[in-house]
Amino acid sequence: MRLIIKGGHVLDPGNIDVVTDIKIDDGIITDLKKFESDLPDNDTQVTRIIDAGGCFVVPGLIDMHVHLRDPGQEYKESIETGIHAAAAGGFTAVCCMPNTNPVNDNRQVTEYIIKTAGQFHSVKVYPVASISRGLKGLELSEYGELKEAGAVAVSDDGLPVSDSQLMRRSLEYAKGVGLKVISHCEDPNLSAGAMNEGLMATRMGLAGIPNASESIMVMRDIALCELTGTPVHIAHVSTKESVHAIRDAKSRGVPVTAETAPHYFTLTDEAVRKYNTNAKMNPPLRSIVDRDEIRKGLADGTIDVIATDHAPHSVLEKEVEFDRAANGIIGLETSLSLGLKLVEEGVITFETLICKMSKNPSKIIGLSRDISVGAPADLTIINPTMSHTYDVEKGFSKSKNSPFNGWEFKGMAVYAIVNGRVVFESK
Amino acid sequence: MTWNRKDILDIESLTVDEIKSVLDTADGLKEISQRSIKKVPTLRGKTVILFFHEPSTRTRLSFDIAAKRLSADSISISASTSSLVKGETLIDTARNLESMNPDVVVMRHSSAGTPYLLSQKISTPIINAGDGMHAHPTQALLDMMTVREHKKELHGLRIAIVGDIAHSRVARSNIVGFRKMGAKVRLAGPPTMIPKGIESLGADVTYDFEEAIDGVDVIMVLRIQKERQRNYLFPSEREYAIRYGLNMARIKKAKPDALIMHPGPLNRGVEITPDVADHINSVILNQVTNGVALRMALLYLLAGGVRNAADH
Repeated sequence: MRLIIKGGHVLDPGNIDVVTDIKIDDGIITDLKKFESDLPDNDTQVTRIIDAGGCFVVPGLIDMHVHLRDPGQEYKESIETGIHAAAAGGFTAVCCMPNTNPVNDNRQVTEYIIKTAGQFHSVKVYPVASISRGLKGLELSEYGELKEAGAVAVSDDGLPVSDSQLMRRSLEYAKGVGLKVISHCEDPNLSAGAMNEGLMATRMGLAGIPNASESIMVMRDIALCELTGTPVHIAHVSTKESVHAIRDAKSRGVPVTAETAPHYFTLTDEAVRKYNTNAKMNPPLRSIVDRDEIRKGLADGTIDVIATDHAPHSVLEKEVEFDRAANGIIGLETSLSLGLKLVEEGVITFETLICKMSKNPSKIIGLSRDISVGAPADLTIINPTMSHTYDVEKGFSKSKNSPFNGWEFKGMAVYAIVNGRVVFESK
Repeated sequence: MTWNRKDILDIESLTVDEIKSVLDTADGLKEISQRSIKKVPTLRGKTVILFFHEPSTRTRLSFDIAAKRLSADSISISASTSSLVKGETLIDTARNLESMNPDVVVMRHSSAGTPYLLSQKISTPIINAGDGMHAHPTQALLDMMTVREHKKELHGLRIAIVGDIAHSRVARSNIVGFRKMGAKVRLAGPPTMIPKGIESLGADVTYDFEEAIDGVDVIMVLRIQKERQRNYLFPSEREYAIRYGLNMARIKKAKPDALIMHPGPLNRGVEITPDVADHINSVILNQVTNGVALRMALLYLLAGGVRNAADH
């Protein structure tokens, strides 16, 4: 199997930045150079040629924070539909969170996810196992066995680890096993509300969730990170205070990394107007001041990663009273376009975007992601100018809970390639 | 003016003219309740469903009486008697109600925004009878009616609203309503009960009770909900009564003819002392009386009463 990608702007930040061709044999990049003729006509092994003229060819995008809902809530999403949604968004790999039913706190669930995902020969799925057994926050899951089974990290995402001692032990123990710890930062006593605390919540008569409910735990985890000397990754940063705390910690050399989601750098709590449950998530959409600080954090490197927190919910959870509606929105199919919008607005460079959506998350979970001879051909081809309107009904995800339905975008993924196989191409 | 609005969801969406029109209509209908035969045929053959998803005595009774005095058929359902307890979703329940062709649905719900959700799903006119901490438009309208009745004009009046502003839909709707009609609004309560950004609705905020009621024309006292103590909002009813209760000494700060109002039910001895509740300037029971007239006005306007009136 030989695949040729011709004429693309190959951009692997810190490695390659040139218009060239790529030769891929059996899933491995075997050559990176401009071929003399348009087609290597005499090359009978070529099974496919992709014309990437006018497009960027970048290391395959990875979304390190998604919920695939499988096993347990397949009516919202399945591993299969989640993979297809990821591919359509230009992703070549995802990390799936453990709050399934049953919880991914054991070898069987981790293996089920990997095996099921493998059947589709598509986007790679890296399971994140739970920090605590059953997400109960009482005892550690069996990290050793989970690592063996294929988990790349642990997280109780969706719930905070309230017990600081448990969090400390998790960091220490995970270090020995070689698993990354991803922290969902929230003080549940402070966060009993339905949306961001502020003017909008006051007007709408909804209980508010203050910024401090997040930053207080970000600061705690930074303290535990310093105490244990173990890296911690902060999930879905939404507030300016969290950005400040992480920036400060990084300047002191604390091994903390952080991610934010496209909705936090795009929307504010104004989106909740008219009780729009598709703008309800946890942490909630914040104020414009927070949104701007998140952007600043992305630009100055405080925030390393853009991850979607893709959280499919059906109308059963969303077409209900606002305070009873489930938290979360889908994001796999809009993430890159929203990132490109940031580039368009001059907040970050295209190169930085690729770092946040590919290089950095790979590094954090211990994968390599290079465009070089001998490396696996996990690539995303991006047309930076192609405009399109996002129609959630035409999306690949089973769920339709997106606040971006009907948005017009410039730039999208036109191909996603995993191990040299085209897993998505835009029609 | 002709009435074109389908729903009464909040005060924010009403225009000044619409508010005046509602109050004028209510003034005119008030007399019906003073007759020996308290019934007119205006809404004969119309159906009003009182869909109360949260306990209520006064508001539900007020709507029920209002509907009956206009000869409408009113039917009450509550959360415990509806299929909601059998797991039916709110939207399904509402669609079922709509399928029985009511003319107005009056809705009370503990979740803010629920009347909006329903108004998008069903075509029947909806009156919000209180949604969570968000809005209680009929209470604000009857409060404006009561104040206007005594002060003739709302414009230029100074209104103090005191107590648990944060959890009060009555406060929110009244701030918006009185501001819209040109009155000045001052809020007071312990900082734990003043929500972030409330000033942006156009009200002044103070934590000092005396300052709030200094020279005002109206003092509106909000009910203290005892269960709030669990959320550390105040130390005890005793301390609340001392610092924020309305008593005889405090009302001297306001104008001598200042109206004393309360949306009920009263916690005598907590947010208001018994002698103040029964004071000559207290219009707490007038509020209840006007509530019936005001709700008659809304039912009349929304259930096609205008069209009927034109037919006569």
